[in-house]
Amino acid sequence: MQLSGRVVGGVGVSARGWGWRHAGRAAWAVSELDLEIEAGDRVLLLGASGAGKSTLISALAGVLGGADEGEQAGSLLVGDSRPEDARGRVGLLLQDPDSQVMLARVGDDVAFGCENLGVPRDEIWRRVGSALDAVGLYLPLSHPTSELSGGQKQRLALAGVLAMQPQLLLLDEPTANLDPQGAVEVRDSVARVLEHSEATFVVIEHRVEIWRHLVQRVIVLAPGGGVLADGSPDAVLGARGAELAASGVWVPEYPPPLPARARARGTRHNSPVAAEALTRPDGGVALSEAVTSNRGRYTGLNSPQQSHFSQAGPAAAAACEAPGSDRAEAAARGAAASFAASAAAAGAGASFAASAAAAGAGASPGVLGGSVASAPTASLLRARQLAVARAKGHAVAAGLTLDVEAGRALAITGANGAGKSTLALTLAGLLAPAGGTLEASEAFASGAAAEPIRWKSKQLLTRVGTVFQDPEHQFLAQTVRDELAVGPRALKLARTEIDERVDELLERLRLTRLAAANPFTLSGGEKRRLSVATVLATRPALLVLDEPTFGQDSRTWAELVALLAELLDSGTALVAVTHDAAFVDALADDEFRMLGNPTPSPTAPPSSAPTRTAAAPAPILTDPAPAAPAPAAIRAAAQAPAAPAPAATERRP
Amino acid sequence: MSILTPHRGTQAVYAINPVAKIGAAFVLSLTLILSIDWVSAAVALVLEGILFLWAGLTPKVFFWRTLPVWIAAPAAALTTILYGRPSGETYFQFSLIHITDGSIELGIATMLRVLAIGLPAVVLFVTVDPTDLADGLAQVLHLPNRFVLGGLAGLRLMGLFLDDWRSLKLARRARGVGDSGRIRRFASLGFALLVLSIRRGSKLATAMEARGFGSRIKRTYARESTFGWREVLLMVIAAAVAVTAVSVSVSTGHWNFIGSTG
Repeated sequence: MQLSGRVVGGVGVSARGWGWRHAGRAAWAVSELDLEIEAGDRVLLLGASGAGKSTLISALAGVLGGADEGEQAGSLLVGDSRPEDARGRVGLLLQDPDSQVMLARVGDDVAFGCENLGVPRDEIWRRVGSALDAVGLYLPLSHPTSELSGGQKQRLALAGVLAMQPQLLLLDEPTANLDPQGAVEVRDSVARVLEHSEATFVVIEHRVEIWRHLVQRVIVLAPGGGVLADGSPDAVLGARGAELAASGVWVPEYPPPLPARARARGTRHNSPVAAEALTRPDGGVALSEAVTSNRGRYTGLNSPQQSHFSQAGPAAAAACEAPGSDRAEAAARGAAASFAASAAAAGAGASFAASAAAAGAGASPGVLGGSVASAPTASLLRARQLAVARAKGHAVAAGLTLDVEAGRALAITGANGAGKSTLALTLAGLLAPAGGTLEASEAFASGAAAEPIRWKSKQLLTRVGTVFQDPEHQFLAQTVRDELAVGPRALKLARTEIDERVDELLERLRLTRLAAANPFTLSGGEKRRLSVATVLATRPALLVLDEPTFGQDSRTWAELVALLAELLDSGTALVAVTHDAAFVDALADDEFRMLGNPTPSPTAPPSSAPTRTAAAPAPILTDPAPAAPAPAAIRAAAQAPAAPAPAATERRP
Repeated sequence: MSILTPHRGTQAVYAINPVAKIGAAFVLSLTLILSIDWVSAAVALVLEGILFLWAGLTPKVFFWRTLPVWIAAPAAALTTILYGRPSGETYFQFSLIHITDGSIELGIATMLRVLAIGLPAVVLFVTVDPTDLADGLAQVLHLPNRFVLGGLAGLRLMGLFLDDWRSLKLARRARGVGDSGRIRRFASLGFALLVLSIRRGSKLATAMEARGFGSRIKRTYARESTFGWREVLLMVIAAAVAVTAVSVSVSTGHWNFIGSTG
């Protein structure tokens, strides 16, 4: 490793019949492992969840603990010493950014490892400087660590590890808790480091594409013990790709199966009644009443739906009222709608609505597809000029106008710190709006107050189910079974009914085997499945999910998406905060982009959408033609009577 | 700026080793709790008031941070006036309440004492950076590393507690168990927070261990913590204030050693 002018060579790893059993467990986490990693090798370690990847990497780092933590078999050597004696020669980067920062200032935190290794003071500060350079973290040494983003915290931790000049660098799912931008930051930092390093490198990650080009070797651990495959990335992924994908590893060539959503794509209202409803100020209420009477018989209706937009300027209204395929052209007549029209003209296949600009222009691909709407939309929640805040008086976003509708999925996307989670928790009736209005339709409120924040905790259960970003925050019981029964019990359901629901959910989410386990002891994927299941137990009409797919393996991901698609088709409304483009593509009917700055702007380009028609150029703003009218849309937005909002809703195909 | 990374000023006081600040506050408090007369407390308070000009704090910060002391002092005085040991002329009596010359004097003395002990303690601690304190405790007082650095790293988790607490509260409401009584809810939230904290703590411990913490190698320190003339000067000033206060009190005949009848 090239730090402070010195090259530190790598060190090899050798496992002979090695195994480890955690104290109190019947099964071995790793068993009969024979493995040789040469000094300087760069290895991606794969395996199904539960194959013992993390156990192996913790053992190599010497942090697995002593005899009271578990039982060891065979031998495991780093270089020619036991890992416990190789401290300092091995550096380990863990998954959780928050628990890897030790000290309050950037420089001190990087220095921490060196201090523990007894490095002289002058040498420490030299190493701190070059380690921060190596990971590309150009911050003053006195910068508070609490002000770093997740990706920056991981890079800081990496710098701390590098400053120790390890001969073996271990990364345990370093990007699992990061958004895509943070993941790229960390990957690029590691790539920079490896360019100048001779250290042996081992990374665990279930997203293969992140590390594929940085490693020369892929080792797959078998769930039953031992090694399943070992070789170059192309060879292993070629031979075992399908198998790995089935076990939950994200292999680019084998994406997880997408559910067939029963929604019809690209449809619109064109009956006069619907069009009128769209432009009536009270249209939302009228529509929701119309459909709520159908609730319960909603399943299998599969009707194409399109929601109404916020009250718009005359041009936009005209666009909405214009019949048939003239709509896009009508929209083009209004400056405010010009962006939407261009998007449609470009064949984007998406229906754009600069809801932020209150333009209310809907240009639907249905114009091309020609399907016809047959049922109106059930609006559950109407947010008008909503401002959201975590703590009183500190609004993180304002002027948000959107609707949540039965059977539709609304994805809230955007930059970190834009207020996505805060908006979601406000929609879920957990945080009080800081401004504007948030009202539930009469049918959704069904007897409770119009404002969700005034609902009692029990009243929320059947109305809104919230899945938190960190599943551990929502666990209340000692066993998985009790956890699932918490909601139904609060509803005072009959015992048999509770048991029935719990058994069904256990089965559906592959948790039956774990019914008696403590929720906190589950794996990441299991925790996520449980947190979703607990919410489903009370059958809420609206599901609010905060980053449901963060760090999930591909199998859990596919199961979640399939389950949510099923719920959507049965009429449940869905609001999901997400950074996951694949998730948005698979499920979202509408995308609400939060821009994180007060300047209104038309919709940003959608992420690549594999489901879109072939004619569609995916990133719309790269096409100069549709990008051109954007300024006009901004001007129109500024002139619109309603205050512009820092967000935009995009109708998805 | 948080508690963990307080503002670092340019005044000399910021460069003083926190160990000396604790020592100075300790000397003052220990002397002043030996007596409950108003003279020693008043003398100490006047001298401290002058020294506060060099405390490195703006008036606004000073009053804001010492606000609890300003509230506690009159409260303590009032209690003593109402319930303190009666002596001299009685002004008012009802049930246990007995206001006399003696209880009023005692009340005023108590108030001055709370101020004279509380204000310097707060003022000295406001400018203490926890990282510097840990360095001082480990290098000057030679307290064990595990204890000092473990505590320092744990302190960082305090900020996360607040976020956890908020999320837990929202999650309870979302799970349908947020309607129960305030006390029950608080207790169950507290327990949940404890569970989360232990989990966070053990993760942090693993991360620290992975960075070589707790190994047998003799630790070095990236930041040097020294005890020089500034620190000695601060201790001497504190001792001088204490000695002056006691001397004036004794020479005017007000000194009243705690426990002895006055």
